Amino acid sequence: MDAHTSSPARSVLEAPDIARVLTRIAHEIVERAKGADDVVLLGIPTRGVHLARRLAARLEEITDRAPGEVPVGSLDITMYRDDLRLRPARALARTEIPGDGIDGRLVVLVDDVLFSGRTIRAALDALGDIGRPRAVQLAVLVDRGHRELPIRADYVGKNLPTSLRETVKVQLTEEDGRDSVLLGLRETAPADGQ
Amino acid sequence: MKRHLISAADLSRDDAVLILDTAEELARLADRPIKKLPTLRGRTVVNLFFEDSTRTRISFEAAAKRLSADVINFSAKGSSVSKGESLKDTALTLEAMGADAVVIRHHSSGAPHRLATSGWIGGSVVNAGDGTHEHPTQALLDAFTMRRHLTSGTGQDLAGRRITIVGDILHSRVARSNVHLLATLGAEVTLVAPPTLVPFGVESWPCEVSYDLDAVVGKSDAVMMLRVQRERMNAAFFPTEREYARRYGLDGDRMARMPEHAIVMHPGPMNRGMEITAEVADSDRCTAVEQVTNGVSIRMAVLYLLLGGNESAVAAARTEESK
Repeated sequence: MDAHTSSPARSVLEAPDIARVLTRIAHEIVERAKGADDVVLLGIPTRGVHLARRLAARLEEITDRAPGEVPVGSLDITMYRDDLRLRPARALARTEIPGDGIDGRLVVLVDDVLFSGRTIRAALDALGDIGRPRAVQLAVLVDRGHRELPIRADYVGKNLPTSLRETVKVQLTEEDGRDSVLLGLRETAPADGQ
Repeated sequence: MKRHLISAADLSRDDAVLILDTAEELARLADRPIKKLPTLRGRTVVNLFFEDSTRTRISFEAAAKRLSADVINFSAKGSSVSKGESLKDTALTLEAMGADAVVIRHHSSGAPHRLATSGWIGGSVVNAGDGTHEHPTQALLDAFTMRRHLTSGTGQDLAGRRITIVGDILHSRVARSNVHLLATLGAEVTLVAPPTLVPFGVESWPCEVSYDLDAVVGKSDAVMMLRVQRERMNAAFFPTEREYARRYGLDGDRMARMPEHAIVMHPGPMNRGMEITAEVADSDRCTAVEQVTNGVSIRMAVLYLLLGGNESAVAAARTEESK
């Protein structure tokens, strides 16, 4: 996720892998949620939102629903972060909750990389201020380990055992012009988790 | 490193757009069942008001509370200031209480700057109006309102928009802050006032000056009416109120000559019948009430950007004198 990787990054997932992995996750969601009728997908900006939209499209395909029928939104967690006072105040991203809200629904949080788990903790706090879902699940494209909180993902695209000296960077066509997951090395000591 | 918001002139275009964009996201909070964020939990914001104000004080109070900050309201009336305490001693008291930010309104121009640069307090200083000098958060909420009506919104500035500010420019800190901020955001500003109410040295401001409202009103994207500040007038600046209202007031006829999309703004409180008629004030095109709503979002954005991180996100707002 960090911008400055020193050595050339190695690609661990390419576009076809990402597509396959998302289709698998969509099937898993349908299976676990028994049809996924009350699923609301909430992506965590920036790349989680794109992944949530892609997942929604696949869910609609699998369950024979019209495009746009699976509610998708975004959940900005900036104001709920526990490391706000360690850095300058950040610009906010968009929070967009689908019209019918999240009360009584199955919310699936979607993010690109699961690392320390602090982002997800913040997302759970943010959700609590928005409504009361029936249940909350977590889908991530990559789980790189090194959890600092008791949090796990329900749907994982790829488990990627990493060292703290390594960086994981997800690129998506909507944001970066191409789909890939890159594993690199960082020069400096690891900072706090993203 | 200190971080303050003293003058709209200190803000760069990027700073100003960042504040407006942040306010745009925070405005969406109003639709939520819980209109509160935990961001400034444990921080203390002091509202230090040496001059009467309703909307600015409650607006800052609402903004700080929605960000979960603790708010202490301090008004000069009924406090030890009326017993003769100096600004310095008041500041030292607030510092001893651990204020993270001081929102100050003062009847003397320059009081917030003095507070920010004196070393009396360690927290952020936000100018909520000082004498006839500046009122930066008012200018920001005005720009926010204009941006919502006149552009496509987030990320945009006000490039090429024609803004007309009418009335008591001489005594108006709102006009001063607006001229600076709107020029920074690329708008073309025209001031309209009787010659007696145009401040000395206006040639150096980044704006045009006109004495004829009718000539300007037809090509304005927004017309901002200012209150005639009787409390600051100790001399006769115009012959009669009726003549002022006729030449510089906004009535239905003048409003009808404005372009279709143009809006009427007023920072409040309004003197109906003086600078604005009731017909205009109550029309759909008048954004006075919306400006109040937007004020809370803007002040939340300012407090978040100044206090939310370990250092201010608004780079230019830091004063260089701080050690």
